[in-house]
Amino acid sequence: MRIGVLTFPGSLDDVDAVRALRLAGAEPVALWHADHDLKDVDAVVLPGGFSYGDYLRAGAIAARAPLMQDVVAKAGGGMPVLGICNGFQVLCEAGLLPGALTRNGHLHFRNRDQALRIERADTAWTSDYETGQRIVVPVKNGEGRYVAADTDLDRLEGEGRVVARYVEGNPNGSSRDIAGVTSADGRVVGLMPHPEHAVEDLTGPSTDGLGFFTSVLQGVLA
Amino acid sequence: MARVVVDVVLKPEISDPQGQAVLGALGRLGHDSITSVRQGKHFVLEVDGDPDEAELKQIAETLLANPVIEDVELHLTAD
Amino acid sequence: MTIDTVEHAEKSPDDEQPYAELGLKSDEYLRIRDILGRRPTTAELAMYSVMWSEHCSYKSSKVHLRQFGDLPHSDALLVGIGENAGVVDVGDGYAVTFKVESHNHPSYVEPYQGAATGVGGIVRDILTMGARPVAVMDSLRFGRADAPDTARVLPGVVAGVGGYGNCLGLPNIGGELLFDDCYAGNPLVNALCVGVMRHEDVRLAKAEGVGSKVILFGARTGGDGIGGVSVLASETFDEHGPAKRPSVQVGDPFTEKLLIEACLEIFEQDLVTGIQDLGGAGLSCATSELASAGTGGMHVDLDTVPLRDSTLTPAEILMSESQERMCAIVEPGKVDAFLAVCRKWDVLATVIGEVTDGDRLTVDWHGERIVDVPPRTVAHEGPVYHRPMRRPADLDDLQADDAAKLPRPRTGAELQAHWLALLSSPDGADKTWVTEQYDRYVRGSTVLAQPEDAGVVRIDEDTHRGIALALDGNARYARLDPYAGAQLNLAEAYRNVAVSGATPLAVTNCLNFGSPEEPEVMWQFAEAVRGLADACRDLGLPVTGGNVSLYNQTGDVAINPTPVIGVLGVHDDVRKRIGGGWRTAGERVLLLGVTTPEFGGSAWASVVHGHLGGKPPAVDLPAERALADVLAALGREGLVSSAHDLADGGLAQALAESALRHGVGAVLRLTGDPFTALFSESTARAVVTTSDPEAVKATARWAGVAVTDLGTTGGDALVVDDLLELPLVELRAAWTATLPALFGTPEAAVGAHPNGAVPAS
Repeated sequence: MRIGVLTFPGSLDDVDAVRALRLAGAEPVALWHADHDLKDVDAVVLPGGFSYGDYLRAGAIAARAPLMQDVVAKAGGGMPVLGICNGFQVLCEAGLLPGALTRNGHLHFRNRDQALRIERADTAWTSDYETGQRIVVPVKNGEGRYVAADTDLDRLEGEGRVVARYVEGNPNGSSRDIAGVTSADGRVVGLMPHPEHAVEDLTGPSTDGLGFFTSVLQGVLA
Repeated sequence: MARVVVDVVLKPEISDPQGQAVLGALGRLGHDSITSVRQGKHFVLEVDGDPDEAELKQIAETLLANPVIEDVELHLTAD
Repeated sequence: MTIDTVEHAEKSPDDEQPYAELGLKSDEYLRIRDILGRRPTTAELAMYSVMWSEHCSYKSSKVHLRQFGDLPHSDALLVGIGENAGVVDVGDGYAVTFKVESHNHPSYVEPYQGAATGVGGIVRDILTMGARPVAVMDSLRFGRADAPDTARVLPGVVAGVGGYGNCLGLPNIGGELLFDDCYAGNPLVNALCVGVMRHEDVRLAKAEGVGSKVILFGARTGGDGIGGVSVLASETFDEHGPAKRPSVQVGDPFTEKLLIEACLEIFEQDLVTGIQDLGGAGLSCATSELASAGTGGMHVDLDTVPLRDSTLTPAEILMSESQERMCAIVEPGKVDAFLAVCRKWDVLATVIGEVTDGDRLTVDWHGERIVDVPPRTVAHEGPVYHRPMRRPADLDDLQADDAAKLPRPRTGAELQAHWLALLSSPDGADKTWVTEQYDRYVRGSTVLAQPEDAGVVRIDEDTHRGIALALDGNARYARLDPYAGAQLNLAEAYRNVAVSGATPLAVTNCLNFGSPEEPEVMWQFAEAVRGLADACRDLGLPVTGGNVSLYNQTGDVAINPTPVIGVLGVHDDVRKRIGGGWRTAGERVLLLGVTTPEFGGSAWASVVHGHLGGKPPAVDLPAERALADVLAALGREGLVSSAHDLADGGLAQALAESALRHGVGAVLRLTGDPFTALFSESTARAVVTTSDPEAVKATARWAGVAVTDLGTTGGDALVVDDLLELPLVELRAAWTATLPALFGTPEAAVGAHPNGAVPAS
């Protein structure tokens, strides 16, 4: 199973995403922002980092990179896409996911081991979890506060598009403790916390994050 | 050469922790009459030839600002 | 603008020059005239003045630092002192380079940018050796924790270290945060970076091959920090704050990230002969150092340097400290490939000159020659001072003021109160407020990070080879005895690496002192260097490099001598690393090493009595070595499930940290005087937990290390039989409340407000 990891200038967790995919049993494929070449991948991960320094708005410039046009087009056809942290920001800026990610309420960058509750276990990236399952993965961001107009939030909740919620403390002030959301078809997922940092006992707080990467393998196979 | 200024601010309904932090500081410094601070971005664009207002508006609304959370104002000034 | 050319300088020998304003003494100025056989041009004067500053030339410290170079040969050292950073063989064909550097004065002037550019600078130093930077650490010191200026400086410094390092994608794996009145107005911001490469990839800073091109790449050159080197690093702040407020450098971590990736690709394609980063003294430093390390000369056409500010004068361009710039020497046939890699990463790259035959460094501006110098005289043949030294007049009194005389806690309740006081003191308290602003996960190879004693990073995912690093710098000990203090700091860093299960391999240092023009400070410096060199010889460790920061003083009051020592260790298999926290109940708690009543310079004397006096704990390097051997053996055999070194705050601090790490208490019994057992800072000790105490004791006996049975893990309190009971809840509350109370709680700001709004008050 070929899964692309898209590197922008300033991407940082691309090596981690590649490792997580490899450990999950996928074949990671490096993708470069400036190419118009998705290399026949079956799914794409947009990794964390500070693409283009996040100088305009987090993810704003990356969302307009050449390869993102291909990602957007393919996502429209149902290709699974997972955006982690900066990748989530890119997906919102690219219009693939609703809402926006803004400066943390407390204004600090914050890195901690964070408990989440999986709210949807039937998306392309969460099928290996149970609904309501508690997992612990690292969260680390300076602009991770999910916001949207109240009416939009109501609609998202109504449509069941909140994928994961922070529990036991909200690390950044996100509306309604939202840690991740999905597209209407459940194929595109944006997640602020970092499952790719929780895939090995040696280096992570748990191996709870591996499920995101094994889930997509099942979905793509099916 | 024309100069175009684009101001970007968060929509009123989106909370602005940076602005709030400034407001808090002003309060501590005794400037009690200030009741709100909203922090934004200020872009200065220099344009060759006649600026095309529609094009500039599009630039401002699609790249310089994120319409989900931000409002934008365009100011054209001839040099 | 008229340009002061070489030709003009020859014709106008009597023109007055502002050498004193540039920080040069009159005899130094005369030496420059002597070297050149004429007066220097304005541009040359600028180059000499920055390169001959204390910061760049080490003119006061050089005569002492030679002792590090004179240490016995070490097979582990692939590249020694003198390059940007030393390189150490860590096995399996891997080489590691690591270095600490200070950015103290800039961080006082502009905390965020000062700290950020400090990280940026040390990362480029590591990069220039050919290594991929893999982790950073920071050793920070501020004035009293509740002083108003600390509230200004600390949050900015922490945000700057984090902001820059996080944006580069480098995990922050540890460091120190300490407070003392002596750092008010002189905060210390020491940043460490470590990088990894294959042996064959080591790069050096040299310009060789006539006709090779000099390429400047990275950010454009602006007016940042002009004169920053001499003004910021060589002048003392008076009591009213900065004497001058020079333009500080502003960092752009995104550009640096691109620079890292471009450089690594350039190294991989073998496109450079020599490479140097632009830090203090900018182009003056890079060109003169590259040229003097090579076999030929160098010519630079200054008009080709891409500028951010077109009004800069040639002297300013040569002195500019704009960040995120590097200089490479590239063979003509490889220039196109070099530029192509830079284009791929959006890195601006410009050919600014070439390597020439001959032995001069020449610089042209608008077609006229403005610099024509022998590069070695700029880079390496600066003044060398044998400064006068004098043992501090107050030292006898200070050492006679023995901490053993201080009133001691006697009852269980008193011991408990002192224990909590230590644990909640700013130095002893939980550092999460700081470390959660740092990314410790990025790159996915961080095996141990703060609050562990050492940071541990995996460097090979297949062989599980890894490295361990610790930074330590107790300045109270060094104030009482700088010779012993430097050795104690080395011993602590060595021990911290050893408790992780690693084998200590090499040493780096960042020596922070007051003004070298004060004989008493100079004595402290010389003693610390001598102590460190002697201890390295005894432990068989090479010094790979280091950094000296002088003039850390306000008026005539110097900081306590602060030699910060870094030790690098190697793990053959990081899966066998030992953490510091207790995880399971029912394990035996053992103390390795011998405790005697030693309280001079202790955290207890400082926190409880505000006292600094007596002699620091005795240095016992053979005991440190034996302890390290035992810990390595225990790690290899998998006999211990945790190990924590004993240092500031002694056993009391170590027990509390081990218990709080994963919320597992213990029931303990102390033999002898409980006060000494808990608060003495005797060296060469560690606490370990094990399910096989007899095997641990046998291993320790084999190495001649004493073992004391302390008790058993379990429960939700630290219980000392017949003496006291400290519930972990209470302990944790005391430990975690301090820094948020001083520097603000994010939670208080976020709370349950709609959309995470921050309350207005």
